[in-house]
Amino acid sequence: MQSPPDVRHPPKATRRWADMVPQLVLAPTLIAALVWVIGFSLWTLWISVSQSTLLPDMAYQGFEHYAKLWGSKRWTVAYQNLFIFGSLYVVGTLIVGTLLAVLIDQRVRFEGIWRTIYLYPLAISFIVTGTVWRWIFHPNTGVELALKDMGWVAARFDWITDRDLALYVVVITGIWHASGFAMALILAGLRSVDGDLVKAAQIDGASMPRIYRRVVLPTIWPIFVAVAVVLLQFAIKTYDLVVALTQGGPGVSTTVPAIVVYDLMFQRGQIAQGAAAAVMILVALALVLIPYAVWTGWQKRKEGTRHG
Amino acid sequence: MADATTHQEFDPLATGGMRRRLVSKAIVYGALGLFALVYLTPLLIISLNTLRPLEDIVRTGFIALPEAETMTLRYWGEAWGSFCIGGTCEGVSRFYKNSLMMTIPATVLSTLFGLLNGYVLSKWRFRYDGLVFGLITLGVFMPQQMTLLPWAFVLGKLGLSNTIGGLVFVHTVQGISFTTLFCRNYFVSIPDDLIKAARIDGAGFWRIFRRIILPLSPPIVIVTVIWQFTGIWNEFLFGTVFTSGANQPITSAIVAFSGSGTGERHYNVEAAAVIMAAIPPLLIYVVGGKYFVRGLTQGAVK
Repeated sequence: MQSPPDVRHPPKATRRWADMVPQLVLAPTLIAALVWVIGFSLWTLWISVSQSTLLPDMAYQGFEHYAKLWGSKRWTVAYQNLFIFGSLYVVGTLIVGTLLAVLIDQRVRFEGIWRTIYLYPLAISFIVTGTVWRWIFHPNTGVELALKDMGWVAARFDWITDRDLALYVVVITGIWHASGFAMALILAGLRSVDGDLVKAAQIDGASMPRIYRRVVLPTIWPIFVAVAVVLLQFAIKTYDLVVALTQGGPGVSTTVPAIVVYDLMFQRGQIAQGAAAAVMILVALALVLIPYAVWTGWQKRKEGTRHG
Repeated sequence: MADATTHQEFDPLATGGMRRRLVSKAIVYGALGLFALVYLTPLLIISLNTLRPLEDIVRTGFIALPEAETMTLRYWGEAWGSFCIGGTCEGVSRFYKNSLMMTIPATVLSTLFGLLNGYVLSKWRFRYDGLVFGLITLGVFMPQQMTLLPWAFVLGKLGLSNTIGGLVFVHTVQGISFTTLFCRNYFVSIPDDLIKAARIDGAGFWRIFRRIILPLSPPIVIVTVIWQFTGIWNEFLFGTVFTSGANQPITSAIVAFSGSGTGERHYNVEAAAVIMAAIPPLLIYVVGGKYFVRGLTQGAVK
């Protein structure tokens, strides 16, 4: 680390205090971060191997709570749902986001307005989003009733109350919420692509869809990785959306890990097992983020050596 | 066609023959319009249903237009002032106030801390400053679930259980990770020579902050305030876990009335309440759109 640049020297005592000011300003944040990032993590980790049930009991018990957790159907379903939801949500959002970004990239008029429309869902809460889409998807209030009212009496659209299909309702709503975000980042990437590259391909007689597929999109692949990592994080942390949309049901068909954590901790009074579930969420996040951090670090270093 | 005469710059839609050009334009605008419809319709339908009488909604559902003669703003009034949520019949006004009293202080405090921290971490290097920065920004990735039990304990010890003050405290501490990240990354681009020159002129820590850093800060302050405000206003889990009853923020109140499947539903009033909850962040988004996107890009990719 560098020492601060040379300054004119004030009297010694004041100087010592003055030198400490930056550290003093940072101290509250540093203490807070130490406590809630490191301290809280260790705390929850310890609870997960303690004898706690309804109330914290810090006596050590071991890893039984993890075993019980993985033995419970609710949790395995939730984890499975996370995989299905997560992969469809990430892929779907990337596809829709790319499509929107490419469309806007066609030098369209009123670009600002299109962008504003596609991105606004991100500003409103998951709770509002979930509630609105629940009304639309629910057979008693939404599409099905409207179709029946129009005279199609046999109309059926009840995915949200169907055990096998409800999860896809969560996926669709999630994509609706996040695709504008993917669009914004991908569009920024498209704008950074060298125009000459496109011109060259065009002179070679390639069509526009082909140019995007073969030339433009492949050059911005690191952006896709970055967006996918952020979306995966969203997916792993998903909670409010499901609560507002389906409350995890019907049955446990749309339950996700974060919902299980809440239930175990605050509804069923099994805080040790709830803590174990929370730790599993942290592990999932780490499995996504650590490789990504290592990869970007490696990428940066490679770039550094290339530029001398 | 104005753009037909000037295409020195590359314009994908201006390639090929006239006919092909028209067709591709139609496809592009058609697709854009279709997507716009998909994005706008849900909120639009729900907004229109705030004006419809309940029996209409029960009969035809949400997907229908209001009839001119029965349209009324009454339900907005009910949603705001007299709707019963969890036993109290004061509408969402009370929860709205809770949300404001939680969001505004937490936004201001976390932004102030973020500015100071970012300033220190970018301009006053010291031993292990990288490590400190790393530790603080690690908070950005922390899943809330890992902190629920410790927070509940800490809030209890501080006497802040079930208070708005407790939520302000939690959101401020958690928010500082984001604000510090934003501000530090922004201040890094302010030339060090500027700071060095000021120090040679005898300016100290605070003077440099006031005279150099703050005047350059408005863009990042806007980004940070927008990010924090929308994030905290929209937050649900902490509000639900750390407060109950009349002390909950608006997001929890919405789930409280719309999630309970029992009793008669008041869809029009509920719709009005939901739209009300969406208005503050939407307003901020529309007014500060550019900065919202900037925050998003920085908050996301880092």
